Amino acid sequence: MTTTSSSDILLEARELVKHFPLRRSLSQALRGERPAVRAVDGVGFHVRRGEILGLVGESGCGKTTTGRLLLRLEEPTGGQVLFDGQDITQLTPQEMTRLRRRMQIVFQDPYDSMNPNMDIFNIVAEPLRIQGIAKSREEMEERVARALADVELVPVEEFMHRYPKELSGGQRQRVAIARALVLEPDFVVADEPVSMLDVSIRGGILKILQRLVRERGLSLVFITHDLSLARHFCDRVAVMYLGQIVEYAPSDALVQKPHHPYTQALMQAVLSTDPRRKHIYTGLKGEIPNPANPPSGCRLHPRCPLATEQCRSEAAPLTEHAPGHWAACHHVAKALAQLQAPAAG
Amino acid sequence: MAQLAVENLKMYYRTRKGQVRAVDGISFSLEAGRALGIVGESGCGKSSLGLTLLRLLPPNAQVVGGAIRLGGQELTSMDDETFRKDVRWTKIAMVFQGAMNALNPVLTVGSQITEAILAHEKVSKEEAVQRAKELLELVGINPARYSHYPHEFSGGMKQRAVIAMALACHPDVIIADEPTTALDVMVQAQVLKAIADLRARLNLSLILVSHDLSVIAQTCDDVAVMYAGKIVEYGPVEEIFVRPRHPYTQGLVQAFPDIHAERAPIVSIPGTPPNLLNPPSGCRFHPRCPLANDQCRGVEPELVEKGAARHRVACHLVSPGGEAVEVRFA
Repeated sequence: MTTTSSSDILLEARELVKHFPLRRSLSQALRGERPAVRAVDGVGFHVRRGEILGLVGESGCGKTTTGRLLLRLEEPTGGQVLFDGQDITQLTPQEMTRLRRRMQIVFQDPYDSMNPNMDIFNIVAEPLRIQGIAKSREEMEERVARALADVELVPVEEFMHRYPKELSGGQRQRVAIARALVLEPDFVVADEPVSMLDVSIRGGILKILQRLVRERGLSLVFITHDLSLARHFCDRVAVMYLGQIVEYAPSDALVQKPHHPYTQALMQAVLSTDPRRKHIYTGLKGEIPNPANPPSGCRLHPRCPLATEQCRSEAAPLTEHAPGHWAACHHVAKALAQLQAPAAG
Repeated sequence: MAQLAVENLKMYYRTRKGQVRAVDGISFSLEAGRALGIVGESGCGKSSLGLTLLRLLPPNAQVVGGAIRLGGQELTSMDDETFRKDVRWTKIAMVFQGAMNALNPVLTVGSQITEAILAHEKVSKEEAVQRAKELLELVGINPARYSHYPHEFSGGMKQRAVIAMALACHPDVIIADEPTTALDVMVQAQVLKAIADLRARLNLSLILVSHDLSVIAQTCDDVAVMYAGKIVEYGPVEEIFVRPRHPYTQGLVQAFPDIHAERAPIVSIPGTPPNLLNPPSGCRFHPRCPLANDQCRGVEPELVEKGAARHRVACHLVSPGGEAVEVRFA
């Protein structure tokens, strides 16, 4: 028997690791070293049924790789992904294919992720064919039509036989979502689905995703570099830095009371749209280190204003500081105190 | 007197399907040392406007009307040779969108700046090298990096190097087209800070073209909101972003929630921007505007000052006193 709290959870990542091996030099080979880009390095979180979880971070933080690991589009170097209690990293390819009915992805680029020679009907119908789901042409047409209606590409008949190049970026992204939805999955990873779209258009896409989550109990992992968007769109947000989660909290709590110095810096760096609040923050010193050779201890320490000897030698574990609010920092109290003080810089 | 004044500028592209009216009657002025933001979505003509000012247009483009005055000098009637020698790069320079990816990977960053100087000015190689190093320093890059290659620079440094290159011939006006669009927030902040410092130090005038309201809110004095080849609202940023009157500007501001604001529902503007081959009659925003009436469909509104000083808006529904209907996009 499962407890209520665990059946509420659809997916859980445990200690996920993905290292991409680099070519090694002779001297590294002689020393027995195996250089690798440590794209994801011990990431754990859970996704509840019917929630939107944001995965936020700067380029190269490992958020896209994490998303791909959740769907096993990438083989993990270590760790587990439990989907409905089942460890998907142990499934055979056949079992995995079957499970993909329930787990889908929407990619960032609506121009690159579609075969230009297929019409919209065939693009959306392809997952049905792969899964051998729709038995008749009528059933397939009906399911494609329903998926297109779900993403508001109406009248459906008008879109079915058009080609991607005849559609705008926003319309293509709707097709990509329809393709993910046609199998009626319970879990979708959306990797920067609106970052290439104009502001006036992106709201339309976000509202469709939001409606699907609310109406169907879909669980969505929303990957974005935009903390401001994540704050308004997601129920909870996980902030990543150099392959690790540094903070993880309900989105309001994260923005109102960021516990980790990195989240605090990221928040300050987001420019305000209010010209009366002029503030360009260039806070954290330096740039993101090379993930092939991450700093010892806490990975933020070379850039962190609060870093101490302990930070240089000891990684900070992700710990719960308030209900549902997790942060990986040795100096949360100091970080919070700094938040009270007038912002410098 | 304004340093740069543009009046009723029109630039159309000729295509097989007809004329694309990318810049369709644009007027603005820029005082020395001030910064003007041009904000709008893809295809609104904002990048074409920059290219028109610098006369870097493809062969099928044609300036069909209007005037551009720089320091009192009329530019549209100037011949290409004089423009190339006396204006482009030396008086107006541009930082192109994605320029940091256009650095030559097999030449050092410093030599590429030196080359830009030597191409335009009669100075010795040594002087040019010296100037290139000073320019690097000006944008916050250690001059010791002169002999490094682009791949040894981070994205933010490359972008700053490209800005240094645009400054090579001491221009008075810089046009920066989406200068921080592909950069992470922290790096974006560094680049914007570098631009702000330069403006203060060199008394540069800046035209910053961006789709991002927050970049413009933080760096510009004035803003012109473009929609479908026209300016729909224009004035000081404090006015336009705080009290937007045009329904399109209101929609843009609502669609860009501030991170510090209460968690708010997602907002979008219905429909899509029009095709400029055949723009809508009357107000070009009317097919997407919840307030549109017959007048909007039939008569094109003029960009005129309404209410506050220097706050200009092109909308029939804003009263002469500046009262606007608040539009709530959902």
